[in-house]
Amino acid sequence: MRFFKNFWKYKGLLTQFIIRDIKIKYRRSVLGYLWSLLNPLLMMIVLTAVFSSMFKFDIPNFPVYLLSGQVIFNFFAEATTLSMNSIIGGGALLRKVYIPKYIFPVSKVLSSFITLLFSLLALLIVIIVTKGNISFVILLFPLPLIYILLFSIGVGLILSVLAVYFRDTLHLYTVLLSAWMYLTPLFYPVSAVPDYVKSIIYSNPMYYFVEVFRDIVLYNQVPDFHTNLLCIIFSAGSIVLGLFVFYKNQNNFVLHV
Amino acid sequence: MTKNAVEVSGVSMRFNLARERVDSLKEYMIRALKKNMNYDEFYALKDVSFKIQKGDSFAIIGSNGSGKSTLLKIISGIFKPTTGKVEVNGSIAPLIELGAGFDMELTARENIFLNGAVLGYSKKFILEKYDEIISFSELHNFVDVPLKNFSSGMVARLGFSIATMVQPDILIVDEILSVGDYSFQEKCEKRMKEMTDNGTTLILVSHSIEQVKKVCNNAVLIREGELVTIGPIEDVSNLYLNG
Repeated sequence: MRFFKNFWKYKGLLTQFIIRDIKIKYRRSVLGYLWSLLNPLLMMIVLTAVFSSMFKFDIPNFPVYLLSGQVIFNFFAEATTLSMNSIIGGGALLRKVYIPKYIFPVSKVLSSFITLLFSLLALLIVIIVTKGNISFVILLFPLPLIYILLFSIGVGLILSVLAVYFRDTLHLYTVLLSAWMYLTPLFYPVSAVPDYVKSIIYSNPMYYFVEVFRDIVLYNQVPDFHTNLLCIIFSAGSIVLGLFVFYKNQNNFVLHV
Repeated sequence: MTKNAVEVSGVSMRFNLARERVDSLKEYMIRALKKNMNYDEFYALKDVSFKIQKGDSFAIIGSNGSGKSTLLKIISGIFKPTTGKVEVNGSIAPLIELGAGFDMELTARENIFLNGAVLGYSKKFILEKYDEIISFSELHNFVDVPLKNFSSGMVARLGFSIATMVQPDILIVDEILSVGDYSFQEKCEKRMKEMTDNGTTLILVSHSIEQVKKVCNNAVLIREGELVTIGPIEDVSNLYLNG
């Protein structure tokens, strides 16, 4: 009960942190927020130029296939990397005033989430330009976003704790993240990889999130129950574990940052 | 209703003075294997207990490194004591470091909302108080200037104005009055006086006996983490000076 009261009291701070992150991110760039939209578009053009001829026969609408995976994964990568650094970065503040500590990682994930919403506009543009199918199914798009949001918060919480104790995490995670990216079918179809890689992909939570998202925005079909269930298990597991680890350790942060 | 604003009972605070910081996994592994977790235990506070009555002006006196600031940080909830507990009745406005939580890239206006939120105020409430903050800090011409272009005195002014925009039940001050020019210092002292007159409990940390004598009634003396004495300001400060 006290937890919720506290949460309510500091919700203003959470929004202020998010606003600050977004303001600072594009401050002084000429195009400003437009970059959230342009960035994925430009990346997609580069990657499409390189890979689309390679997988021409397996993937009908390569730009949408690529971009839908990319926005999801980029969100995850950005959100977790930022929240990993958040406690260390907020150290100065942590040592001077009392504020609930989860605000640091969670606000980072949420501000990345807002960037993701901008990128969705880019995706919509590409769907329209490539004459992709649009049906009512597309209205289901918030569902995978909620999965990935919860999953990212959980992972972000765990990483932020790890980074406080071992600064090596910061460097290790960069490597891990790129391995993770290649093991998520973003720019290749699953059918293109050998069997032993497939088994790794099938145990990768990101694969299912991307899959659900693609079902909705690319294939116009309601994702099946089995995949949804896996997504729910992964995101619930991640957030429960994340909160548990975080609350176990949060009182020690101030001694280590 | 209790009469005490703050009750500190049996508080000890242990720091692991990691003389060689173990910050990396490799080092950790090596140390763990050697069974040599080279922590020097250091007690910043040892079994400190005292009570501060509501409406009191209370000073915490001690020389450098005696644990004053640690104690303040425990009272304001930043540190969690290793043992013992602290009971606080009422809202706290900590002036431990002015402008903690300012973002130098943002403007004064944006920082007012950010810092207000750090202190736990709602946006609506800050909007109501906004003009008052600006006029107290005398920064009318600079509201849209990024804070990195402010002088340190201006930052301190803004910080003080935000932190004292409401009448808190407990005001915690950690040697901050040395910032700002003379007239602003006067203004700060006047505002603190107003607050204590209206029933706010003041907790002041200082090693400037002059200042403490001017503002406080009671005091506690801390030496090397241990409570030496507690009582009226005259007695305590004499003991400190002779001590």
